[in-house]
Amino acid sequence: MTQTVEQSRPSFFNDPRIRGYAYQALLVAALVALVWTAAYNAYVNMEARGIPMGFGFWDQTAGFDISQKLIPYSSLSTYGQAFWVGLLNTALVGALGVLLATPLGFAIGVARLSPNWILARIAQVYVEIMRNTPLLLQLLFWYNAVLKALPGPRQSITLTSLVFLNNRGLYVPKPVFGPGSQWLALALALGIVGAFAYRLWARRRQALTGAQAPVGIIAAAFCLGLPAIAYFAAGRPVEFDLAQLVGFNLRGGVQVSPELAALAFGLITYTAGFIAEIVRSGVLAVSSGQSEAASALGLRSGLTMKLVVIPQAMRLITPPLTSQYLSLVKNSSLAVFIGYPDLVQVFAGTVLNQTQAAVQVMAITMGVYLVISLAVALALNVTNARHALKER
Amino acid sequence: MTDARLDVLAAYVRVAPEPILPAPIFSRGVLAWTRANLFSSWISGALTLVSLALCLWLVPPLIAWATIDAVWSAPDGALCRAHQDGACWAFIAQKMDYFRYGSYPQTERWRVDLTEIVGAALVVWLLWPRAPRRAIGAALFFIAFPILAFILLRGSDWFDLPIVDTVLWGGIFVSLLTALVGIVFSLPLGVLLALGRRSHLPVVKLASVIYIEFVRGVPFITVLFMANFMLPLFLPEGWAPDRLLRPLVGTVLFAAAYMAEEVRGGLQSINKGQFEGAMALGLNFWRMMGLVILPQALTLVIPGIVNTFIGLFKDTTLVSVVGLLDFLATVENAFKDTVWIGPTIAPTGYAFAALFYFVFCFAMSRYQAYMERRLGRGRRR
Repeated sequence: MTQTVEQSRPSFFNDPRIRGYAYQALLVAALVALVWTAAYNAYVNMEARGIPMGFGFWDQTAGFDISQKLIPYSSLSTYGQAFWVGLLNTALVGALGVLLATPLGFAIGVARLSPNWILARIAQVYVEIMRNTPLLLQLLFWYNAVLKALPGPRQSITLTSLVFLNNRGLYVPKPVFGPGSQWLALALALGIVGAFAYRLWARRRQALTGAQAPVGIIAAAFCLGLPAIAYFAAGRPVEFDLAQLVGFNLRGGVQVSPELAALAFGLITYTAGFIAEIVRSGVLAVSSGQSEAASALGLRSGLTMKLVVIPQAMRLITPPLTSQYLSLVKNSSLAVFIGYPDLVQVFAGTVLNQTQAAVQVMAITMGVYLVISLAVALALNVTNARHALKER
Repeated sequence: MTDARLDVLAAYVRVAPEPILPAPIFSRGVLAWTRANLFSSWISGALTLVSLALCLWLVPPLIAWATIDAVWSAPDGALCRAHQDGACWAFIAQKMDYFRYGSYPQTERWRVDLTEIVGAALVVWLLWPRAPRRAIGAALFFIAFPILAFILLRGSDWFDLPIVDTVLWGGIFVSLLTALVGIVFSLPLGVLLALGRRSHLPVVKLASVIYIEFVRGVPFITVLFMANFMLPLFLPEGWAPDRLLRPLVGTVLFAAAYMAEEVRGGLQSINKGQFEGAMALGLNFWRMMGLVILPQALTLVIPGIVNTFIGLFKDTTLVSVVGLLDFLATVENAFKDTVWIGPTIAPTGYAFAALFYFVFCFAMSRYQAYMERRLGRGRRR
């Protein structure tokens, strides 16, 4: 005998599914109404104030110059070219920041974990100061109180006449590539390919036989040695143009503007404080049983770190480290405050003021940062999936 | 005569314990500590010496700059210009009122003080874990206090308080105001967004995810720019919000996305059984969330919320980009005073500002660490 259970059907208004649809329809309606009202108001307001619509301004002459440009640009160039100049400047400071903040942050993080008491304390003080004061304050300090207070070009602080530092910026030697330099580039490319090939071979051999090979030294020899040989074989094609005092100013070399120097330095030291904390917590999170087991196997403390602790810590370090990189790129927009011509200063600042096209300019600017963030998040997800613990 | 015989047989009988010898000199006290923590190896010893040299190079000059060589009181910048190797605290002392209130009218400044005192008392009530009736404290802080602060700071004809235009507002109280408005309004908004992100309704989830990821993907400055330049365009003619309100809206919208991610972390760590238990009791969604899930989830994420608040407090310095006169902006403004102009003014001002932010943020981060320990107590083995 089967007993049929009368399924109690909720009334129409109490059915969770129907309610769900209703709520969602309401939300969609509200959002559409919001967007539509905003768009309509924006249209009316822009019309009334004579603000240009569309992206016609992109090809108009900008009429202002930019102090630092990585691509050709003059006041006769267009707003579109100004955008690219700003974007490249943001990319420059972002790349510099990521490249230099990572080793500094790792070094400070390791120093904080050091058994050496005084070193650990110094690292801790550094981290606390960097993390507990606003980045803007630090940038203004480096720019106004340090770099602007440096002596003029004639009394430059100099390091054996190679690097000069004064209130107009930092001067470093500029490489001049003569004929034959292409061999150098070719040698470098070959060296990198060779290093990777060697690493592949060494890994295969280790997997098959267990024999280890000094990958680091050989790879370094490939990457540095081959270009060095090419340098001498091609008759030393690269020369260095040093900065020299001519009259009241320094000529030659690469001039790093005080704005770029302050921004990059401030971003690097600030972000390094955060990276140090990430590294520290990543290393501490690796269970102590792991390092105990490694020393029970007879590994020295250096090898324990290299082969057991760091590979496991990296899994924990990578995601927050990536978000620190993203913060660094986003924080580079503080360039506005010290006048470094980055994307926000050039495009969302000068271009917006001149064209009054606030909606378009802000949409493009935010779009750029959004694309960077989403691309990095995507890349992170892919690597995370590849490096996730394979558990059975 | 057994005793005498024993004396003869045994040349030596111990009758009292030997006094305990002190441990070897290298394994006790200062020396052992020094050896273990400063000179455990050649490298460690070298690092110690380098670190000591660094400290000696940095710390004494810094202390001398801030105390011995500093100018503590002076009517104008002449004395500071004469003493270039020390800080100019006289400048800070003279500008202190400006740093605290901006250009808020002198006779009305008690209103700012009162708001700050009430706010501080409520914050202590809210954050001190053993304070009685914290729910009332929370209600006062999140509902009554904003209204009181609005009436006191802006003024109201009903209470016979003259209206102070926001152009005159500035200094520390604007920084605190921005941070507090940020937290008071972004927390509820963040909770809603977090619930939306965890929702089973695809449209609600999608809208929340898009909002959160969009805001977290762009710099705070662009959000401020957007609030400043685009908000007036999006609203009907004549509705344009006050110049102080626009950055505040931007701050709240920005902070809400970060709050949402913190709260989401808390929601995720709540055991599924809690949801099921609440549903078995017949609670509907809002009651389940309000009575069972959120009280647990929010308590868990207090450290994260405090962390976000530290970030928010540091980020309030950016509001000066749209013309608000926050604390750092008043400091920067004060540098331009021709009476005080001199080479030591900027370092002194920045040092003072750094000290102010450091004290606030460090205290909050200590509180966060304390709460983390306290909350983790139940789960520690």
